[in-house]
Amino acid sequence: MHVKFSLSRWQLLAWLIGLLLVTPLGFLLFESLQGDSDVFQHLFDTVLWDYTRNTLLLILGVGLLSCVIALPLAWLTAYCDFPGRKQFEWALMLPLAMPTYLIAYVYTDLLDYAGPVQIALREWFGWQSPGDYWFFDIRTLTGAIVMIALVLYPYLFLIFKTALREQSFKLVQASQLMGLSPIQSFLRVSLPLGRGAIVAGITLISMEAMADFATVNYFAVSTLTTAVYDTWLGYYSLTAAAKISGIMLLILFLTIMVERFSRRNQAVYERQSSVNSATLYRLKGGAAWAASLACSVVLVLAFILPVGVLVKYAIVYADEAWNGAFFNYAWQSFKVAIVVSLVTILLSLLVLFYQRIAKHAYPLIPGRLASTGYALPGTVLAIAVLLPLTQLDDALNNWLEPFGLSPGLLLSGTLFAMIFAYVVRFYAIAHGALESSFLRISPSLDMASQSMGKGPLQTLRKVHLPLLKRGILTAGLLVFIECMKELPAALLLRPFNFETLATHVFQYVSDEQLELASISALLIVLVGLIPLYFVNRSMEQNHS
Amino acid sequence: MRKKALVLLTALISTPVFAADVVNIYSFRQPFLIKPILDDFTKQTGIKTNVVFAKKGLIERVKREGKHSKADLVLTSNFSALIQLEDLNLTQKIQSDVVSANVPSTFRDSDGQWVALTKRVRNVYSSKERVGALPELTYEDLADPKYKGKLCTRSGKHPYNLGLVASMIAHHGEAEAKQWLEGVKANLARKPQGNDRAQVKAVKEGLCDIALGNSYYFGKMMQDEQQKSWAEAVHINFPNQTNRGSHINVSGVVMTKYAKNPENALKLIEYMTDNKAQNMYASVNMEYPVKNGVELSEMVASWGEFKEDSLSLDEISKYRPAALKLIDEVKFDL
Repeated sequence: MHVKFSLSRWQLLAWLIGLLLVTPLGFLLFESLQGDSDVFQHLFDTVLWDYTRNTLLLILGVGLLSCVIALPLAWLTAYCDFPGRKQFEWALMLPLAMPTYLIAYVYTDLLDYAGPVQIALREWFGWQSPGDYWFFDIRTLTGAIVMIALVLYPYLFLIFKTALREQSFKLVQASQLMGLSPIQSFLRVSLPLGRGAIVAGITLISMEAMADFATVNYFAVSTLTTAVYDTWLGYYSLTAAAKISGIMLLILFLTIMVERFSRRNQAVYERQSSVNSATLYRLKGGAAWAASLACSVVLVLAFILPVGVLVKYAIVYADEAWNGAFFNYAWQSFKVAIVVSLVTILLSLLVLFYQRIAKHAYPLIPGRLASTGYALPGTVLAIAVLLPLTQLDDALNNWLEPFGLSPGLLLSGTLFAMIFAYVVRFYAIAHGALESSFLRISPSLDMASQSMGKGPLQTLRKVHLPLLKRGILTAGLLVFIECMKELPAALLLRPFNFETLATHVFQYVSDEQLELASISALLIVLVGLIPLYFVNRSMEQNHS
Repeated sequence: MRKKALVLLTALISTPVFAADVVNIYSFRQPFLIKPILDDFTKQTGIKTNVVFAKKGLIERVKREGKHSKADLVLTSNFSALIQLEDLNLTQKIQSDVVSANVPSTFRDSDGQWVALTKRVRNVYSSKERVGALPELTYEDLADPKYKGKLCTRSGKHPYNLGLVASMIAHHGEAEAKQWLEGVKANLARKPQGNDRAQVKAVKEGLCDIALGNSYYFGKMMQDEQQKSWAEAVHINFPNQTNRGSHINVSGVVMTKYAKNPENALKLIEYMTDNKAQNMYASVNMEYPVKNGVELSEMVASWGEFKEDSLSLDEISKYRPAALKLIDEVKFDL
């Protein structure tokens, strides 16, 4: 490929990607303009405010809690030395592989009034009825916030840690020389420098939290997402549902505006310098153990305990839960996840590169457009994807009819629909994870490359890609794991005889019989760990 | 890299092979519930079955796929979905003497657009220890202040509860139904949550004394070693036996308007209304068969005879939109 790309071609390409990925949403919003304001009005008069408030609180809570968990832990594992640091560095990413609906289910079982924890307490203290004592209720907004944050904090952990790794370590060393304590250095150097990465992580987390249906529904917390479902499947009004999706997008755009605003005038370029382990803060005594303890507590709550419960189920219900088709499901899930990871990385690289070289106005728009899919609840996205695809299929069949061909649902009835939906949904993750890495590459490198007579494409290949390796791995990993877990879009778009691990788990979870799907559930987690292992290994190699 | 990805993509998006003898099913019901029945059907007829199962959005999918849809049948778990499919003009007439002979007319669409396959009752479970059996209980009693803080139920928006609220509107009118619903909300021991099994579990644990739930869950819990103790803690009551009878919901089936395998689809519908499948439904899923004379499972039979509310499903479904509005108006779930 030695074609010299002119800028206008890059621009065309980026805009095409942006428009392609925003098409489903466009169709959905068009749907929302089709009248039918009665239902929306009725919701507006009754429950819509409650829903909006709950959604905002959920996003805020999950964002804050994720920061509280992820930022200190990322910093500790990146710059400090304490017992178990090496293991925690990768282990703290494990919760990502845990679908939120599973963790919610497991914790509800444990902490419910009728669960083992409260039963034990009642027996111990001789309490008889709920009136005798106070115990927190997990099926609340707060409960949902905690569950979702426990699963999503690794986004922030990973993106911020990657940023810290790529941050100029000299600054941290300088702060050390100037007598700043580790905590001061964290607060006054690393946090401000990593602001871009932090905001990117929080944006992703907020979008995912906003689109969550399984957990909030299970906890009986009404949010805008549950309202979208109610309206569409209860009131049979896709238009009103699309209108509510519009409100959600508004919230999303506000979030992005805040992100833009917070990053204004900020440009931090660095050369990569991997942390030399000899120069880490060596934590001693109490501080060292406190750091280990903090990491352990998070790891146990977010991963070890829920996995332990699943293992217990798998053993107790081994006979009923065993299913010969497991490996087939795992393979199907794996395939889709790999393809989607590759496609999203490729697309986001192209868009981000255009963002970098664009001299025209509004270079950010294509990327923003392409990222909107992540904030839509999976089932709604699935329908939004079906809107254009079924019309295309129709057109295709009409066009081929004179030739005696009738391909049927070539796009909407095959895996294409599912993969397209996943790409639309998860593009934002790849984009978000790569963007902060891209921004840290100094423009002087581009200029140098240009002065040597290299075109944009060669600059991307020879200069940027090597520097982006870590970012690409991170992005690929995140998208892969999300694909393994994705449920609603898969349920609705899969062709006949196609099961993923998640859809298999769902048929039992929807009947509140997770026990019977415990082996599949464990497989989701295990397959999600495969890329985690490889990414981790490559990072290790980078350090040595 | 890019080439590889493309090759992989094309390999992945291969269209499924069409066998000559198949029937394609969109199902709202979990595969493990219907699998024994479908397997036996394939054994009897040689017709292969393909299933896509989802809880949400299948109707929209059929609608969007239009005339190219591969689905021949849609299996639903409640009557609202049947009627919605009919309203959206996505069904075709099921013409079969076998079906007409098997299914009483109350459980078939007058125009043959849908057929019910199983019945289930909206029961009230009561704590053996604290309340005892309630043979005289009515749905109206659930709003009685004497049950304040003692009632548990799942979300008001769930089709099973919506059906019940719609039937209350049908019998009492909207204003009275709203009052009733407010009374029920005032009696709730906790925010509506969980599924029907979870309500029984809550009664066992003393969180509430009475709970709404479908009949078959009781039977299924009795079969489950881990859940048996929950079910044993409650009585299953059939409301309104002294007047109109208990509210009935159904699971059912439609043939899609553009079914590509209508003959096979019809064979499957006929098979599902016949003795063997009806009996499997009764024994595997603890439901009431729609076909008269099919033996109930021993457990279901032990709950005794009861009177059914004879109001037609068509009539009840007219009030479903109003029921949903009421649930929002009284903020039942919030």
